Amino acid sequence: MPEIRNMTMNFGPQHPAAHGVLRLVLEMDGEVIERADPHVGLLHRATEKLAESKPYNQSIGYMDRLDYVSMMCNEHAYVRAIEKLLGVTPPLRAQYIRVMYSEITRILNHLLWLGSHGLDIGAMTVFLYCFREREDLMDCYEAVSGTRMHATYFRPGGVYRDLPMFMPQYQPSKWHNEEEVRKLNENRQGSLLDFIESFTERFPSCVDEYETLLTDNRIWKQRTVDIGVVSPERALQLGFTGPMLRGSGIAWDLRKKQPYEVYDQMDFDIPVGTNGDCYDRYLVRIEEMRQSNRIIKQCVDWLRNNPGPVIIDDHKLVPPRREEMKEDMESLIHHFKLFTEGYCVPAGEVYSAIEHPKGEFGIYLISDGANKPYRVKIRAAGFAHLSAMNEMVQGHMLADVVAVIGTQDIVFGEIDR
Amino acid sequence: MTIASLQTLVDRLQARFAGKISGSWIAHGEATIEVAPEQLVETCLALRDEDDFSFEQLSDLCGVDYSAYGRADWETQETTSTGFSRGVSKDVFQKRDPNEKHQLAVVYHLLSLKHNRRLRLRCLLENNPPVIPSVIDIWSSANWYEREAFDLFGILFEGHPDLRRILTDYGFVGHPFRKDFPLEGNVEVRYDPEKQRVIYQPVTITNRVLVPKVIREDNRYTDDVETGDS
Repeated sequence: MPEIRNMTMNFGPQHPAAHGVLRLVLEMDGEVIERADPHVGLLHRATEKLAESKPYNQSIGYMDRLDYVSMMCNEHAYVRAIEKLLGVTPPLRAQYIRVMYSEITRILNHLLWLGSHGLDIGAMTVFLYCFREREDLMDCYEAVSGTRMHATYFRPGGVYRDLPMFMPQYQPSKWHNEEEVRKLNENRQGSLLDFIESFTERFPSCVDEYETLLTDNRIWKQRTVDIGVVSPERALQLGFTGPMLRGSGIAWDLRKKQPYEVYDQMDFDIPVGTNGDCYDRYLVRIEEMRQSNRIIKQCVDWLRNNPGPVIIDDHKLVPPRREEMKEDMESLIHHFKLFTEGYCVPAGEVYSAIEHPKGEFGIYLISDGANKPYRVKIRAAGFAHLSAMNEMVQGHMLADVVAVIGTQDIVFGEIDR
Repeated sequence: MTIASLQTLVDRLQARFAGKISGSWIAHGEATIEVAPEQLVETCLALRDEDDFSFEQLSDLCGVDYSAYGRADWETQETTSTGFSRGVSKDVFQKRDPNEKHQLAVVYHLLSLKHNRRLRLRCLLENNPPVIPSVIDIWSSANWYEREAFDLFGILFEGHPDLRRILTDYGFVGHPFRKDFPLEGNVEVRYDPEKQRVIYQPVTITNRVLVPKVIREDNRYTDDVETGDS
């Protein structure tokens, strides 16, 4: 009788289904996982330490690069932490803009999740569909901040600037002739809000399309139903938040339970799963996209009718406008001081958590009264989720590991920090 | 969550853990309690299991190095060191004592879904090497968080079954998030064409501090406005 031993298999770090740089050491009995040991940190950039060496505002850009598929939500937690310490409340219009962009970001994130999750377990088309809609949302990012991804749009005290009155338009090129360009620019004739509104009208039918492809698909269900089941008790123990927790049947959403900004003004529902498997988490996220769409619509309606400032008028914190600087010595000094030294934040410590598309994203900020944070701790949802990998895949087949990575919505920017 | 309900929480905590918690305060709408490492496990178990508290989830656990707290780093060689001090507290330019003990802390962020509230638990560590009991048996999510705090701050968690480095490189030396660890690190990697492999060597880059850390006495955030001329 030959000796039978477990096989150890190395999954990643360069594996298309590892969602970045995850190295999984899998101990296998045949094709069944006995133990999974994720090795993370291959993308560790010491964001927290870097933030300690820079004035507060210079680290907003680092936040974009944490979870690089939900950029503005990361910024949101960080600027809210600073605002909490400063005791500053952004103007109402800024709060609506923030909520609107947080929800746009949630859709962006869930679309990428859906596309890559589908691709990982064998559905190619949905990936292309998702990226089609992502393109429009990226354009919303670009219109408002100038960049498609790393926006640095949320600032302590509000947002960087007001929503533009014009959408950037396509130009004819050797790939697109006049006729095609006219079609592409059809919904870009008005302001950014018009563009977003046309998106919200169109988007529910797009979600229907994804659902047609997946929800009742036999292969999709075979790959996700009863895979990676987490009981509600374990989900809490393991530090799950967001859709991972809601998929297990716990209706916990910071937007409802600990509302921040203007979420208490919004009308939306929290979808909850029942079985805690990959399929339920899929359904939860799909429904979240529909709910986000509802919130965006409400924000658009409000923003149309309520013009106003989008950032507080305190030049100790917010740089003065260019025109003022040309004529006013005081403004010039403020600008110089803000961009050389930054602003000092009173000593204290705060934890600001937001409902990030992936779960609870928190910033624990300690200030000792200086112009740089004393300590920044980023509580990334994915870190807690990935630490449960071992428990979720035990007893499953190798191919299910991919489904579990997909359902956890892993992005290494935030896990490795 | 209102300040009043926070206050009742803190009062209850103080009544329940009389003598065990060394401090408690509410700031910015958040409650914090401080416990000694010896009382940690007992306190945490009670915080999780007792109906008044029922903190079912450990949201976050992290290390903090307090050894440079409240110190500015605006030290210049070429220019006068007094010229820049206008508006800056006088006593913040102290030189670090290299023999000074690390002033480390572990901070726990707890969440109670039942009562919808959060609590911060801080544990200051005096001993060297810093040792603290693990809470992994109380909250499973502590597993990786404790590994991270060990990796970045060198805090030893007694009772952790698998205390390995997690974020830094295989074979990394040092604890990078301590305040005495340089931002640019100690070693860098490069490919050595002679040895035909990747080698580690001392770093060749230096950190240029473009913006010094200053601590201003900002009258807007202090209640007593009499310290105007420091």
